[in-house]
Amino acid sequence: MRSATAGPHPEDVAGGFPAQPLEHLDALWIQVAGTLCNIACTHCFVTSGPGETRHPLMTRDEVRRRVAEGVALGVREFYFTGGEPFMHPEMLEILADTLPHGPATVLTNGLLLTDARVDGLTRLARASRYSLEVRVSLDGADAAAHEAFRGTGTFDRTLDAVRRLERAGLLPIVTVTRTLEEEPLLVRERYVALLREAGIARPRLKILPLFRLGREAARTRGYAEAESLRDLPASSFDPARLQCGSCRAVTARGVYVCPLLVDEPGGRMADRLADALAPYPLTHGACFTCYVTGMSCGNG
Amino acid sequence: MAERLKLAVFGGVYSNHLALDRVLADARARGADSIWCLGDLGGFGPTPDRAIERLRAEAVPTLRGNYDDSIGHGLDDCACGYGDPSDQRFAQIAYDYTLARTAAPHRAWLRGLPERHAFEAGGRRGLLCHGSPRRVNEFLWESACSDAYLEWLCETAGADVVVCSHTGLHWHRALPSGRHVINAGAIGRPANDGRTEVWYATITFAREVGVEFHPVAYDHEALAREMEREALPREFVETIRTGWWTTCLENLPARERLAGRF
Repeated sequence: MRSATAGPHPEDVAGGFPAQPLEHLDALWIQVAGTLCNIACTHCFVTSGPGETRHPLMTRDEVRRRVAEGVALGVREFYFTGGEPFMHPEMLEILADTLPHGPATVLTNGLLLTDARVDGLTRLARASRYSLEVRVSLDGADAAAHEAFRGTGTFDRTLDAVRRLERAGLLPIVTVTRTLEEEPLLVRERYVALLREAGIARPRLKILPLFRLGREAARTRGYAEAESLRDLPASSFDPARLQCGSCRAVTARGVYVCPLLVDEPGGRMADRLADALAPYPLTHGACFTCYVTGMSCGNG
Repeated sequence: MAERLKLAVFGGVYSNHLALDRVLADARARGADSIWCLGDLGGFGPTPDRAIERLRAEAVPTLRGNYDDSIGHGLDDCACGYGDPSDQRFAQIAYDYTLARTAAPHRAWLRGLPERHAFEAGGRRGLLCHGSPRRVNEFLWESACSDAYLEWLCETAGADVVVCSHTGLHWHRALPSGRHVINAGAIGRPANDGRTEVWYATITFAREVGVEFHPVAYDHEALAREMEREALPREFVETIRTGWWTTCLENLPARERLAGRF
């Protein structure tokens, strides 16, 4: 049997699904706000929303312990997500605790970014020798498209947050979703034009596919049986293609294989990070999306 | 094992044969015991055979970067690892141009280059690589790599001093354990600092490890004109003339991106 660090080649497991070894823990995802969010997006793959505490808030101490576990394993960078991270009353303090240990990214819908919080983020970024990235989600190139996912009145407020972050010198990354049918370069050009028109001088963009999980499965449909990696031979894999070869996610409920599968059967791997380093069988429809698109939730 | 060794190291030639000439001369003038090239000979600049011919004529030991691997094997793209579609588009323009103009004997030479070089000097184990010790096209940006991660990379590679390139931006970190990670930068395009010079490193292995980065001026205007004659994208030419990156920059972390103009 191959050990988790011996090599990145996926292996076959029972049931015909390949398993992806963890090459190394590059990215530690911390679902700091659990599933608590100020809005309830119709495509949310972790079904977050107001009062939704299936995964509760993590305490500041709990995050500190997870960061220390990651550092012991040589983690490269940290990502903070939810739900909405700024639902956490100590989010800025948690970032201040984390940044001395490595680069950090916080994923937000931007709606809770008061001027005071933007100032706090700016101070943290300036004081850190590592990058602090702020990623703001935008789901349509006009108000109607965006608000169909995120609710009335969210479009202008999101753009306003991006504008204020840029003016504060943070160069936020705008995260957008696309369907598999859309040409990535056209998606990019559409959003860059929108952001420039909105007064954002140096737009940065991250394009992600939609995942048929959580509310998105109800909005459109879940994964079909054919959308699966079953019976794919190990030899046909690019071993660096799947982010679960280089990440794990933690919530208040334990360690999960990746930030997408925190509600899926078998997504939870262990209580401690050091016990969650084994190869992961790629049995989920979401694994199919990651494989086909080669996507990573990370910034690159 | 050498008691004292002064290495000159550069990467990312990107077909900039005029800068290459000046860097080789500068490194020799500084008394380097040996000069190493960390790969990515093509891309971005004009007439790729010129830089390769110079490196081969001077017998500069050279590693195989992702670009060299792709050109050597005639792959479909440069395998630089860009995720952004706009970066990918510009990278493909440079790659198609370079692949079509690299002579077959040079492609065979690129295929045969080693991917890394391990050595001992000054009582330390050194490792030269292109992207990182574990992956030829890994981007090691200064602000995006924790100390813990760099320690792990060195530990896994069995090296006290790791020297890499690939990102095009030079930096050095002395780690808490006493190990060092050095990104030698690139000599093919400026370092996104508004200066037209390009940068390389000298590393002295003795009782201490000494790292210096050197800006090198060259006839960048002549290169810009050559790029225009070759009908390379005006965005590339602008970078040569201004020192600011205009393309292939979407994967820069916030700190490095803020340091540039675009």
